[in-house]
Formats: sequence, C-alpha cells, structure tokens
Amino acid sequence: MVKFIESELNHLREEVNHMWTLVYAQMELASKAVLSLDRNLAQQIVVRERWVDAEELKIDSEIEDFIALYTPVAVDLRFVLAMLKINNDLERIGDYANGIAKLVKDSSSIKLNGELVEKLCLEEMFRVVLEMMSGLKNALLAEDPVAATGVLGMDDRLDELKKASDEILVEYAKENLEEMGLCMSLGSIFRKLERTGDHLTNIAEEIVFYIDAKVLKHRGKIPSSEEKNSDME
Amino acid sequence: MKEIEARDVNFYYGDFHALKGISMDIPEKQVVAFIGPSGCGKSTFLRLFNRMNDLIPGSRLQGQILINGKDIYAPGVQVDELRKNVGMVFQRPNPFPKSIFDNVAYGLRVNGINDKKYISERVEESLRGAALWDEVKDKLNDSAYALSGGQQQRLCIARAMAVSPSILLMDEPASALDPISTAKVEELISELRKQVTIIIVTHNMQQAARVSDKTAFFYMGEMVEYDDTKVIFTNPRKEATQNYITGRFG
Repeated sequence: MVKFIESELNHLREEVNHMWTLVYAQMELASKAVLSLDRNLAQQIVVRERWVDAEELKIDSEIEDFIALYTPVAVDLRFVLAMLKINNDLERIGDYANGIAKLVKDSSSIKLNGELVEKLCLEEMFRVVLEMMSGLKNALLAEDPVAATGVLGMDDRLDELKKASDEILVEYAKENLEEMGLCMSLGSIFRKLERTGDHLTNIAEEIVFYIDAKVLKHRGKIPSSEEKNSDME
Repeated sequence: MKEIEARDVNFYYGDFHALKGISMDIPEKQVVAFIGPSGCGKSTFLRLFNRMNDLIPGSRLQGQILINGKDIYAPGVQVDELRKNVGMVFQRPNPFPKSIFDNVAYGLRVNGINDKKYISERVEESLRGAALWDEVKDKLNDSAYALSGGQQQRLCIARAMAVSPSILLMDEPASALDPISTAKVEELISELRKQVTIIIVTHNMQQAARVSDKTAFFYMGEMVEYDDTKVIFTNPRKEATQNYITGRFG
C-alpha cells in the first residue's frame, strides 16, 4: 500500500512538473512573440495550447482516480488538493499565453512603438511573471513554503506596472488616435499578465497549504464574527 | 462536560507494560475513536472502562479512571452496576442462544425487572433504536442465530442499549461485517451519540474519520496524539500519527 501511494504521488508530482514546464514555455514564447511581433512564434503557442488543455485533463483524471482509490488524508490529501488547484491555475495561465499569442497573430497591421514599449516596462512585466513561475516551481520541488511566500511580493510589482500602463496607454491613445488598436492590444496583454500574477499568487498559497497546512487565501479579507455581527446591525 | 477521565493510567500484563502513563478526558455524548496498529494497547485501554481486564491473571492497573467524577476502581464499586452504565459491543456478534426478544430483555430481567409490559416496550424501543425493529418485529421469538451477521451485531447493540447505559464501548464493531451492514452500524452510531458517549476501537481509518468527534492514536502502549478527528485526519501534530494514517507506518 505504502509503495503504491508513494509511486502514485511521485507520478502525479512529475505530471504537474511537466504541465508547469509546458506552461512556462508558452509564456516565455509569448514574451518573445510580443516583443518581436513574431507571428510564427505566436502560431506555435496557439497550436501548443491544445497540449496544455490535454495535460490539464490528464492530471484532473489522475487526481480523481487517486482520491477514489486511496482516500488520502493529512499531507497526502493536502498534496492532491493543492495539485488539483495548481493544475487549474496553470491551465488558466496557459490560456493567457494563448490569448497574448492570438493578439500578436491577428495584429498584422500593428507596429510596435519601441519608445512606448520601454515606457510601459512590458519586458519587465514578462520577466517578473516568468521569475514568479520558475521561483514557485522550485519552491514546490524543494517543498519550501518560505520560498513560495517570497514570490508573493513580486505580484505587487505586476500590479504597479499594470496600473502605470493604464495611465500611459490612455495618454498615448489621446495623442495618437490612429494607434488605438495597438493601445487596446497592449492594455489587454497587461491585463492578462496581471491576472497571471493573481493565479501565481494562488499557486504560492496552495504550496504553503500543502506543506504547512496554513490557509493564506483571502487573509485579512474575511470578516471576523464580531465584524460580521456589526455589519448585520 | 467531561464524562470519563483517565489519570496517568499504566497497565501491566505480568511484566509486560501494556499502557504507559495515559491521561485523557472524554466529553459526554461524543464519539471517540481509538486507532493504532495491532498490539498498541487500544483495546486494553477500552476494556478498562468497564473493568473487563479484571479477570486476567497477573494484570495490574496504576492510575485512575473516573466516570462522572467517581473512581471506578475504588474499593466497594459494584462491577455489575458499573457494567449497567457502561455497555460493550464486541468484534464478533455474540447473541445468546435465545430468541431475539429474550436477548434484548436479558439485561432487564437480570437487573430484576419483571414487569412484562415495561420489558416489551423497552425491547421494542431498543430494537427501534438499533434500526432493527422493522426487520425482526414479526419474528421476535425466532432464534437470534437465525439473523445475519449484521443483524446480530445490531441486536447486540440493542441488547446493550436496553439497560440505558450512558457509555457504550465498541471493540471493532464492524470489522466482521459486509459494507452494507457496516454502513448500518455507522448510521446507528451517529444516532446513538445523541443518547450515549461512545468509545470505538477500529482499524478502519475511514470509519474513525466518518463516525467520531475525537480520535486518539496509540502506539506501543502510549497515546501519541488525541485531538478532534478533523485535526487528526487533516493536519495531525505528530509525525507518527501522520505516518500511520497515511499508511507509511513501520
């Protein structure tokens, strides 16, 4: 029984690791595709999105089987629950990479303005996302909750960059009405990357839940019973 | 409110130190599960609560076991009276070679109750309480041995409940039963908890998780961890507990 459980859990760990590698590669390619407006790369991402979806379904099914066959408890239960949610978050990140790729693929008339891209810190936005992804992957492999929570702060930088980009793009669009399409595409890319940061935050919280059994989700946002009572009054 | 208290309990079979310094409080009308590998002392501990170990030659108890604040091992305690209050159900159903009715009525008659109307009412109440009435109401005079294993076990629970105990001890009550009978016994436990405190020894981890409010993990005569069942099965504090419940023990 012990042998079976260990081998199933190791297999699941490998599958999630594979999914992670796949999604990281998608986001890395999306970064290159955007920054160089490379439509061939964008096409590759769109094609590989199907692999991401297939891998998500495979992991979901394996987790379902594991729960049904082994009724895990304690650390094993936390592990499979965390993997189920991480798998879902990774798939959503894959969707964002795919969405970014589609913007590039369908933007034949758009020319990137180098000065604008630099002002927006678009490259930094991608770099932070990729650093968060690799940092969390390593945190999971090393089962290191401190490393996982260390990544949480990086999401604040993504929020700052996204907020700044909104203002920059509005100003730019006012002065360059003919480039409204470009501004909307860039705004959409920033929104997708900012949402990616939110999913990576969820992943960090799931890693901590698995290892330390601590729930970080919605911390400080759930009202205490006293606050609930005062709200009712 | 705590109903049972164990205070620094040590128990010996001759030279063998079977239970080592166990202290625990069991609140009333709760279900407490004892889990642990074979030979860890959980059944020995369970059997101390109705003095079932008294007759084992060479056995010896140190420490105290209190029920409702009274030391059940104090001189002058009537074991018969104690067992009226602390019923027990065993691993294998053990009906008496009597009719279904007489099995349930047995404890009442032994305790000097002769009122036939009262006995009949109590038998029906107990069989209903054990979710067996509908299955046996038309054959109360048939031999208890004619019942299936699962029915026999519920009959034994009805027999134990007939004398209105406040505590029910269950030593692997479903380990010899099929899954459907097991489910019935588990449903019964969840009903009985409204009336009595239940201590159950089980090797079935899922059963402990399903039926109990609190769980104690025993290993080599020690109580390693005792906490709410939810805590034990989601985030146990001791590594040994985690290793046991996840099947990594040994």
